[in-house]
Amino acid sequence: MTGDVLIVNLAGLLASAAPLIFAVIGETISERAGVINLSMNGMILLSAMGSFSVALATGSLAAGFLAGAAIGALVALVVAAAGISLRQSQVAVGFVLALLCRDLSYFLGNPVMGQVGPRLPPAPIPLLAGLPVAGPLLFRQDLMTYLSLLLVAGAWLFLFKTRPGLVLRGIGEKPEAAYARGARVKALRYLYTVLGGAIAGLAGPIYSLSVKAGWKGSISGLDGLGWIVLSITIFGGWKPFRAAFGCYLFALLQWLGLVLQPLLPGLPSQVLQVAPFPLMILTLLLVNLGKAEWVERSLATLPGPARRRLSRVLRALNATPPAALGTPFEED
Amino acid sequence: MDVRVELRDIEKSFGPVKANAGISLDIPSGSIQGILGENGAGKSTLMKVLSGFIRPDSGRILLDGKAASIGSPADAIRAGVGMLHQDPLDFPPLRLVDDFVLGRPGGIGPERRSAAAELARLAGRFGFALDPEGYVDALTVGERQQLEILRLLWIGARVLILDEPTTGISLPQKEKLFATLRELASEGMTVLFVSHKLEDVEALCDRAAVLRQGCLAGEAEPPFSSEALVSLMFGKAVELAPKRRLEPGRSVLAAKGVCLESPRLRIQDLSLCVRSGEVIGLAGMEGSGQALFLGACAGLARPVAGSFCLEAEGLDMTGRSHLDYKRAGVAYLPAARLEQALVPGLTLGEHFTLAEGGRGLFVDRKAAAKLAEERIAAYNIKGRPESRIEELSGGNQQRALLALLTSPLSLILVEHPTRGLDIESTIYIWGKLKERCAAGSSIVFISSDLDEILQYSDRVLVFFAGRASPPLDAASLDVERLGGLIGGKGWDEIEGKAGRA
Amino acid sequence: MRKERLAKLLFGIGALALALGISTLVLLAAKAPPLAAYANIALGALGSWDVAANVLVSWVPLVLATSGLLVTFTAGLWNIGIEGQITLGAIFATWALRALQGAALPPALAIGLAFAAGMAGGALWALLTGALRTFGGVNEIFGGLGLNFVSTALNIWLIFGPWKRPGVASMSGTVPFDKSLWLPTLAPGSRLAPASLALALAGIALVFVLLRGSYFGLRLKAVGRNPRAALLLGIPAERYLLAAFLGCGLLAGLAGAVQVTAVYHRLIPSISSGYGYLGLMVAMLASNQAPLAALVALFFAALNVGSIRLPIVLKLDSSLAGVLQGSLVLFFLLGQGARQRLLERKRGGRP
Repeated sequence: MTGDVLIVNLAGLLASAAPLIFAVIGETISERAGVINLSMNGMILLSAMGSFSVALATGSLAAGFLAGAAIGALVALVVAAAGISLRQSQVAVGFVLALLCRDLSYFLGNPVMGQVGPRLPPAPIPLLAGLPVAGPLLFRQDLMTYLSLLLVAGAWLFLFKTRPGLVLRGIGEKPEAAYARGARVKALRYLYTVLGGAIAGLAGPIYSLSVKAGWKGSISGLDGLGWIVLSITIFGGWKPFRAAFGCYLFALLQWLGLVLQPLLPGLPSQVLQVAPFPLMILTLLLVNLGKAEWVERSLATLPGPARRRLSRVLRALNATPPAALGTPFEED
Repeated sequence: MDVRVELRDIEKSFGPVKANAGISLDIPSGSIQGILGENGAGKSTLMKVLSGFIRPDSGRILLDGKAASIGSPADAIRAGVGMLHQDPLDFPPLRLVDDFVLGRPGGIGPERRSAAAELARLAGRFGFALDPEGYVDALTVGERQQLEILRLLWIGARVLILDEPTTGISLPQKEKLFATLRELASEGMTVLFVSHKLEDVEALCDRAAVLRQGCLAGEAEPPFSSEALVSLMFGKAVELAPKRRLEPGRSVLAAKGVCLESPRLRIQDLSLCVRSGEVIGLAGMEGSGQALFLGACAGLARPVAGSFCLEAEGLDMTGRSHLDYKRAGVAYLPAARLEQALVPGLTLGEHFTLAEGGRGLFVDRKAAAKLAEERIAAYNIKGRPESRIEELSGGNQQRALLALLTSPLSLILVEHPTRGLDIESTIYIWGKLKERCAAGSSIVFISSDLDEILQYSDRVLVFFAGRASPPLDAASLDVERLGGLIGGKGWDEIEGKAGRA
Repeated sequence: MRKERLAKLLFGIGALALALGISTLVLLAAKAPPLAAYANIALGALGSWDVAANVLVSWVPLVLATSGLLVTFTAGLWNIGIEGQITLGAIFATWALRALQGAALPPALAIGLAFAAGMAGGALWALLTGALRTFGGVNEIFGGLGLNFVSTALNIWLIFGPWKRPGVASMSGTVPFDKSLWLPTLAPGSRLAPASLALALAGIALVFVLLRGSYFGLRLKAVGRNPRAALLLGIPAERYLLAAFLGCGLLAGLAGAVQVTAVYHRLIPSISSGYGYLGLMVAMLASNQAPLAALVALFFAALNVGSIRLPIVLKLDSSLAGVLQGSLVLFFLLGQGARQRLLERKRGGRP
């Protein structure tokens, strides 16, 4: 493989991870506030279909992207209402929504299936695009890919370097303490769940208007990605940069699947397409191993220095979820 | 900053229970007001009304004679009312300075640098050693209280409510806390000090109000009379059972050279031999290692070195699971009853069936009902076999927990046997535990109540930052000396003695 | 008590009305005639003995999956991996039948062995999820999803690889088994096998009895609601969690085996047909009550079978059934929350 081809491939990797990044950062914001939005898989399908239909009907890409964000926000609003106000299991409601939204997208998307719609054009940045290596890699992408990089940095800044971000972490960690300090926990949880949903909702149009342009119903290749988004959120330890790393890792695995295909003629192509999914989920094993009881027990049998070194490694890999994740909070 | 606090006819019911039945109280500014009462007397409810956590059914709050509308903690903060909760409402995974800033209104940027400087300045003023860049979860309960008090001052509290602040802090920390509160009061701060400990109120407060069953039972001013306060609190004077002397029996549990590790703490080389019928109290500030050790005695934590043997030297249990310990006659009763020991959603009867662990595939309903009725009667539990466990009161849950113990048992390990219980339940629970002792079981328990440790233990182990004292004869200890040991004072003496022995 | 039951029923009916409302809106949005759509679903499910029998054919795997899920739900587990467990059941059953095809075994024995193999496959897959959870700390939702993906890949690999039809591998699946190895059906041409119906009834009845009156059921409940307390009460919580996975895997594997031996007579790419996910919704809607679950499963199976007419007659996608089912469960959950809040307000708050 020559250098040029490699750069083109890497640039494609950045682009193909962009929708994942939007979805994972959106979910991270929601979960940091204490609300787990499990609807991701169906929601992305619905927003992909919805935004494609809107863009097709209006001819406007902007309208399509807005529709995607709106669908994400709306689905998140249902999760928020059920989990925050009605105190139902967020997992149950999210799971039902994941199935419901998927079927909705297949049903409503029937008429637009296979049609050719508008597509997000690349937006090379003047001057910078001409640079060697960095130009084709970074500066000849489309708008959403640029935004995906900004989103990671922005989310990190917001969460860890601002006052509202501090409160956001507070309501997901210990809502009663945040409430005692005057935070309006329920209202903020609604806000961040819906905001996170809107950001994640953009993943749909990035697929249907750019990365995998078009709507092909159940063979769009999008089914399953939402579940991966949820596992990357865990893998990312609810931190934007680590989460982005997870997204690129998954995109890389998918790309490897394509590259390896010709080298393994015996293997049906479907197998390699599916392989990155279980691999990504198995990374959760690494993240959780330090918490397992048998690991603790067998660590206790090791000699002192080795034990401490090993447990430090496991702790570094460890991802601790926001303490109040998935639990309702009552102000009264 | 002077604020006079007036509460007028505060009423609050939870379902059929009247937590506050029309309480009126005047607190002049610049004074330390004690609020005394047993658990369930309505102290916490009243304070939560004042700090905006609970909206009263009726009644008014006046601050400096003006009606204050306090509908949420945010309103309370704006009105200058700050509350220090019994379990500090802070954020363990955060750095101190972030915790300090969280909730204070301001711009987008957290202005960490100025906040850290302010924290350091306030800490310096009261002589607290708090590192702004350290993590909250590395602090002791006492230090977390200090941080919280500074934070409340910083956001402009003029009325300070402290809910049971002396539970779980060391004696020196308590002295420092009291000095701080006196200084604040002298500057005009209105302090409400909630406690069920007479000696604390007597030592600190300018005046005291006593609540009983949701009503104001009476008020008192110094010099306080303990007898008068006790009769206001309970309606009658309480008699404690006399202590008995114990004849040492055979060994039940032998811990030898035990080392334990948790991410926060290391216990080195602890040895203890528990004899049958004996009661051993584990004292220490919360998080000093006593809970880790007690868990290890039940197989819930694995020692990194050393051994545990049951039945003298006969049964090496080192590294076995809790179920093995349980089979060998060791029972463990955790402090968090509803979270760790009982199953919400299951009935009292189902709990007995589970604990008894019958043979066969199907539950014999008749036998199960009979068993439940018997146990409920024997332990005087207010509940029916079909009552769900979470519907019982705390005292009845603790009775149920004891009723769940199987027979015979060689060793009962209890975390905070009477925390959150009223005095009558306390006496009842200890009566039942002592019955077990008489039947040959030994008891090892943790308590943060020094009186409970001294009253009920035969021997005492004191824990300080992972260090454990040799077993001390309870008769040789008093509150002063035990309090000092818990706070890290007087260790040379006991360790020197142990070294000679 | 009776008032409470009435309120529950009213909220249930309300949820159904709202679900119908939503799907009517969806139909209108798709510029389709709602009444005609519903009429066609009804006709498609009940219009003839044949289609009614098909509803039962679809009910069998659904009710088997659901009864397995009642066990895992009781243990507090979200066994999303059930799809993979069904698939593995189908794969193992296919493998057994392929292996036994040449042997001179009586067909009844061969089919019985295929069922056993299917149950073993489902159990194996469920235990893997359970091991990931108890020993690896991976939440069963994600472990299960991962294994679902693996099972899909495995299935496709078998169909397109080692077990492909001579000549061309295709999405239509493996070569059908010898007719002697098809589970006998009620009538020639029908797919309804009395034996599979009996298995489904036995499965749900067994789970009902087990969860209602046995020590196992009571202990599982305790583990599901508070694993720490269960341990202190002397219940080996981990072992019971694994047992719950095992039980569910056995039933899910059986469902997969039924699909292979009685319905398709071969292995096809999406052999689980989404019955696992649908079973999760059935269990939620039935509030974990076994008899109710059997009825709800019947209703859902009727919707699934009835909606097959939609693309043929009205050129609509058959996923309308999923929209109806999903919105029904969603409104049921929302209504349940609303009802609890009302009840709480009436009782005057919590201390």
